[in-house]
Amino acid sequence: MLFFSFFKTLVDHEVTIELKNDLCITGTLKSVDQFLNIKLDEIRVKDEARYPHLAAVKNVFIRGSVVRYVHLPANAVDTALLEDATRREAGNAAGGKGR
Amino acid sequence: MTDPDNTTTSQISEPLDLVHLSLDERVFVKLRGDRELRGRLHAYDSHCNMVLGDVEETIYVVNDDEEDESVQTIKKHSEMLFVRGDSVVLVSPLVQS
Repeated sequence: MLFFSFFKTLVDHEVTIELKNDLCITGTLKSVDQFLNIKLDEIRVKDEARYPHLAAVKNVFIRGSVVRYVHLPANAVDTALLEDATRREAGNAAGGKGR
Repeated sequence: MTDPDNTTTSQISEPLDLVHLSLDERVFVKLRGDRELRGRLHAYDSHCNMVLGDVEETIYVVNDDEEDESVQTIKKHSEMLFVRGDSVVLVSPLVQS
């Protein structure tokens, strides 16, 4: 749930998603769900000469499982908050054992 | 025997607790597809999804020439990077020397 919430805070920011087939898509993050499926608007494909397939596509839904990386705008990420949330989630996982 | 005060002994009771100790430290992450990352660990979860900061990515590309099979390395830098856990092979603390 941590990264679901995290990505919700990044809605309307520009991100670059690198897929497992090496395709890089930059666009505005429009929505995200619990599987970390992602909807992007106003997309651009990096190295369009090599991947011309999406030249006419403006917005996409990306299945979470094909994502390798998401390059994030560093100034939109509160690292201290992330670390606190991670500690809290790790604590919950340990405390919730056997449920 | 459960430990009600789940702080001291459970610090190293499961494998992910080792990763927990590396929060806000530099880590080495080996990924599928001959890729490695070095960066500061800001977040992770039980799937090994991670957010790393100030990341150096190294990609190893094997030249498939018949004569000389050389390995080429590509380095990329990223300020802030989310890594999906299903690509992660191992995570290790990086000791700066």
